[in-house]
Amino acid sequence: MSNTRLIARLDIKGSNLIKGIHLEGLRVMGLPNEYALRYYLQGADELIYMDCVASLYGRNNLSDIIMAAAKDIFVPMTVGGGIRSVDDATDVLRVGADKVAVNTSAVANPKLITDIAERFGSQCMVLSIEAKQVTQDKWEVYTDNGREHTGLDVIEWVKHGVSMGAGEILLTSVDKEGTRKGFDVPLVKAVSTAVDVPIIASGGMGKIEDLLTVVNEANADAVAMADILHYNRAVIGDIRSLAENEGLSVRHYE
Amino acid sequence: MNKPKVTVIDYGVGNLLSVKRGLEKCGAKVILTSDPKIILDSSRVVLPGVGAFSNAITTLKSLGLVEVLYELAKRKTPLLGICLGMQLLLEESQEFGLSEGLGLIPGLVIAVPNQTISGEKQKIPHIGWSPIENSHNKGWENTLLKDNKVGDSAYFIHSFMAVPSNPDNLIAECNYGGIRIAAVIGKDQITGCQFHPEKSGEVGLKILRNFCAD
Repeated sequence: MSNTRLIARLDIKGSNLIKGIHLEGLRVMGLPNEYALRYYLQGADELIYMDCVASLYGRNNLSDIIMAAAKDIFVPMTVGGGIRSVDDATDVLRVGADKVAVNTSAVANPKLITDIAERFGSQCMVLSIEAKQVTQDKWEVYTDNGREHTGLDVIEWVKHGVSMGAGEILLTSVDKEGTRKGFDVPLVKAVSTAVDVPIIASGGMGKIEDLLTVVNEANADAVAMADILHYNRAVIGDIRSLAENEGLSVRHYE
Repeated sequence: MNKPKVTVIDYGVGNLLSVKRGLEKCGAKVILTSDPKIILDSSRVVLPGVGAFSNAITTLKSLGLVEVLYELAKRKTPLLGICLGMQLLLEESQEFGLSEGLGLIPGLVIAVPNQTISGEKQKIPHIGWSPIENSHNKGWENTLLKDNKVGDSAYFIHSFMAVPSNPDNLIAECNYGGIRIAAVIGKDQITGCQFHPEKSGEVGLKILRNFCAD
């Protein structure tokens, strides 16, 4: 097993970093790259940039932001939101992204997963899933930043997505997102049991201990953190130290 | 003072911008090109690479770059292969059947085992930050790793791994489920990095800085 990755997630609307609750009620935080650089210097293992209105407008607007970030930030960057074609993926990879995350367009056209994986490799194709709980052990796939329901079952969809070529899963719990109530552990566990590719748990990290729970109980390979970092409730160095003290294997960072 | 010049071979897909930016951060003037003449005249060359081995070799051949790489090796021009660019340095890869590599470093490229040494299932690709370690107790004094420490973590993302047949060509290794994976290999002026130095923060920039200063 690889070291658990500590990922900073930046949700972006226009030119601003924003933060919502349940992916709604978006509040402007500031300039994304000021936060990104801060997290890089704190020792973030990766960054995820999500254009959260891209699906609504049908395109990803992050190119300028990513290109600027690539001057100073030397950890992997994943870019998502509004990736509708291999050409869209090519564009964001060309400006410095290492992986693309696809949600809405993959649901509409699952072959896009295969097309991106065949062109750039599975390691580059992150399937982003926005999940809402339906019953105790059942979750539904949402698209368009948690706005549209699809009728798809998360577990069926993740299996299909991996068989189509997805190399990693970004799993966001819409129910937990922005609530600081901890990750949706049963959801992450169900998904990590269903497929063999790495799972990034996203949504709900309220305190450092939540990280331990989602890794130890649900086998998350990585956590995406937003609220806890943006509001400066914890810095990545402290999260890393606590994880190390609790016996979780993370990247050693000096 | 003149900036060191580095040529990055541009032969198709992959995040070349990050390699360029990393080298620029280390003070280099960077040229991205597939022009054999420019590459031959370079004082330092990077062979990047993401994707499939056989495609990459086919593309290098069709661009007339295989001969160029042999000539660079003959001239002892510093060459740095990154990720797939490192694997291409070896003789042969088992990715999707057998494909012939450049053969600049003797050995094979094989799949990263999907079981740990004790037989438990492990995830492929190997993605994430792994500490790099000495190989066969050799120091790193005369290598691009001379400013790195044992235990420095670097960012890996790969499903295949290089297995040099001569242990002298192994500079650093990492451990994935008890499997020893070649992290850095080298021979004469040629170095290969399985991890991405341009994505490994300061740990990787140290390597790029030494490459630019070499």
